[in-house]
Amino acid sequence: MAKEQLDGAQALIRCLENEGVEHIFGYSGGAAIPIFDAIVTTKTKIKLVLVRHEQGATHMADGYARATGKPAVVLVTSGPGATNTITGILTAHMDSVPMIVITGQQIRSMIGKDAFQEADIFGLTMPVVKHSYLVKSTNDIPRVVREAFHITNSGRPGPVLIDLPKDVSSGPCTADLRATMDLPGYRPPAAKVDAAIIHAIAKAMSKSVRPVLLVGHGALISGAWDEVRELAEKLQAPVVTTLLGKGAFPESHALSLGWMGMHGTAYANKAVVECDLIMSIGSRYDDRIVGQPAKFCKDATRIHIDIDPAEMGKMIRCHIHCVADAKAALKALMPHVSRLKTDAWIAHLAEYKRRYPLHFKKKGGLKMQHVIDEAWRLTEGKAVVVTDVGQHQMWAAQFYRSDHPHNFLSSGGAGTMGFALPAAIGAQFGRPKETVLAFCGDGGFQMTMFELATAAIHRLPIKIVILNNHYLGMVRQWQELFYDDRKSGVDLLGNPDFVKLAQAFEGVKAFNLKRGADVRKILSRALAYNDGPALINAEVEKTDNVYPMVPAGRPLEDMIVERPRYKMEKPTGST
Amino acid sequence: MSNGTTDAETAAHTISVYVANKPGVLARIAQVFARRGYNIDALVVSSVVDTHFSRMTITLKGDPEGLDQVIQQTSKLIDVIRCVEHRDEESVVKEMALVKIAADEAERTLALQIADHFGAKTVDLTESSMILQVTGNSDKLDAMIRLLGRFKVIELVRTGKVVLARGDEVT
Ligand SMILES: Cc1ncc(C[n+]2csc(CCOP(=O)(O)OP(=O)(O)O)c2C)c(N)n1
Ligand SMILES: [Mg+2]
Repeated sequence: MAKEQLDGAQALIRCLENEGVEHIFGYSGGAAIPIFDAIVTTKTKIKLVLVRHEQGATHMADGYARATGKPAVVLVTSGPGATNTITGILTAHMDSVPMIVITGQQIRSMIGKDAFQEADIFGLTMPVVKHSYLVKSTNDIPRVVREAFHITNSGRPGPVLIDLPKDVSSGPCTADLRATMDLPGYRPPAAKVDAAIIHAIAKAMSKSVRPVLLVGHGALISGAWDEVRELAEKLQAPVVTTLLGKGAFPESHALSLGWMGMHGTAYANKAVVECDLIMSIGSRYDDRIVGQPAKFCKDATRIHIDIDPAEMGKMIRCHIHCVADAKAALKALMPHVSRLKTDAWIAHLAEYKRRYPLHFKKKGGLKMQHVIDEAWRLTEGKAVVVTDVGQHQMWAAQFYRSDHPHNFLSSGGAGTMGFALPAAIGAQFGRPKETVLAFCGDGGFQMTMFELATAAIHRLPIKIVILNNHYLGMVRQWQELFYDDRKSGVDLLGNPDFVKLAQAFEGVKAFNLKRGADVRKILSRALAYNDGPALINAEVEKTDNVYPMVPAGRPLEDMIVERPRYKMEKPTGST
Repeated sequence: MSNGTTDAETAAHTISVYVANKPGVLARIAQVFARRGYNIDALVVSSVVDTHFSRMTITLKGDPEGLDQVIQQTSKLIDVIRCVEHRDEESVVKEMALVKIAADEAERTLALQIADHFGAKTVDLTESSMILQVTGNSDKLDAMIRLLGRFKVIELVRTGKVVLARGDEVT
């Protein structure tokens, strides 16, 4: 049988098939036409999802990957098409999310000459990718794709960009599609864990009576939730997670203290302040966790398990560094530890849980917390929750308790407004049978709301809850607390009628929610509608504040659980 | 810091990076150093035995605490095979300088005496100027250049350090 003669673009599509790609989130344009054409000519089974803005495509691929653990592909044209992906690439990079971004590019002889729609996307994205390629020869395509997929989802995952000049994707490809990789400098850590370090950890643990396990996104990425649970139960050690670690340990578990950090639970933050040993499993001791690095767990034994050696000692100094995959490390550690004498510690923390519960009042105006809490009840805590960024994000993390891995998707490191809607679309593509629930602020929703079209066309039954306080609420909160309540650039006067807006897209069902008494009814209706997206515009109290709060740059000891009577100093940390 | 820079911050560090010979690798490395606020004093990029690879030798000053971090972050780049800091005791460190001085017949003898003392060679000679080539460790180059200060130094170029680890250890 004569071998099919492929051009570069067709070879690319075949290579993507070989990598198991199911979805391409894309937006076409001149330099990418050959690739879009190949989607037709190869009769590929890969589903092309036409988005409405390239940023949306990146967040969709991101949501898909966070919800499934598998990378998806973003395909865009050169110039502005390519630059529109940068926010999404940063978002994925900050949270270690795998993603392949393929950008069309001017033909080779025009590169560097400011030709039409030429952007040096290879250079522009360099600081926010795990790796990137500018493909100079058609026959390199199979190797580059192979390498890109290997890199994006091994070790510490991250986005990989492939810039493909139009004449490269149009030229004939004679290379073997099963190319071998050429990556002499890339060695994701081996599964073997250093026995001496494991023994050191076990020894340190054996002396602890006030231990805390801090579980981050890395534990989810490595699939270590069973091991985390086994370890916590074996040690009888309380567990706190990071925002992105939500779901790595069931929040309904007796040993769970929820998540810690700037707006984490008071008892999680207090536990970390008072512990005699903290062990991070796949978190990077990020600034939202440690507050003020020099004062963080100053007198405790600090242990850091992370797959990325560059995280060791970056934010805080630890006594024991263990560069390893979280799952492998916990498996190795398990036989060497036994139950600790933590009864008094656990009782002490239980007292904190009683004293400082997460709470809100149902009386008065409608609260975001009320809507989120009820959504948690109605979905039995099983929905895939996607949040945008702001006050609603923090309340969603507080009141949508996570018991399941890969079910709480949020832009943590970058804090990218506009993330929720497209990421929810991606998550629903990845998990078509499950309830996907997006909590958005009225500000963030308007950043990517045109992706309603994408959701509507594909009849995706995502549930979008706009928690509408008519403010850029989180910024307003900071202005209230630290800048004498001088509101500047936070009033979202002129918000559209979100229900009418949603109804402009065929197949979207939309509801207004104004009273506490209607929360259950309206949410139930939205949850019952599965022929397309459902949107709720919840008119919530305008000037509520999120607590607990650790002011940026302050030590965790300075956490406040309610509005202080005294005037607060401006925070020393940036955000 | 209120009382200026400390000694540790002004000490020079020599870092050797062994990289795959791929496009963009120098830019990626430079970005890591720039982002963490290190100013590169000297950079030598050179070919090695295997043409798929090359070696960069970077000399810089700055906070030694953060430097370990930067080395880790550099090592993490996909196209970087190895990145290590070198201590002078454990490695052979050499540098070359070309110094063009103004020297007429009367001054030439003294210039040649200085050159001779440092094992420097005269690589260009005219009636009014000469270029001296000197190789060695950086202190030696500094010393010779200082002595040549009595002449008018017209131009000067230094290669920056190149380093190899001593013995069986790889650089
Ligand atoms: C793209 C982007 N721009 C600006 C910000 C800064 N920012 C953080 S939270 C916030 C307010 C968000 O307002 P909204 O979406 O209405 O959510 P709310 O806080 O009111 O719940 C802003 C502007 C950001 N995180 N992302
Ligand atoms: Mg708002």
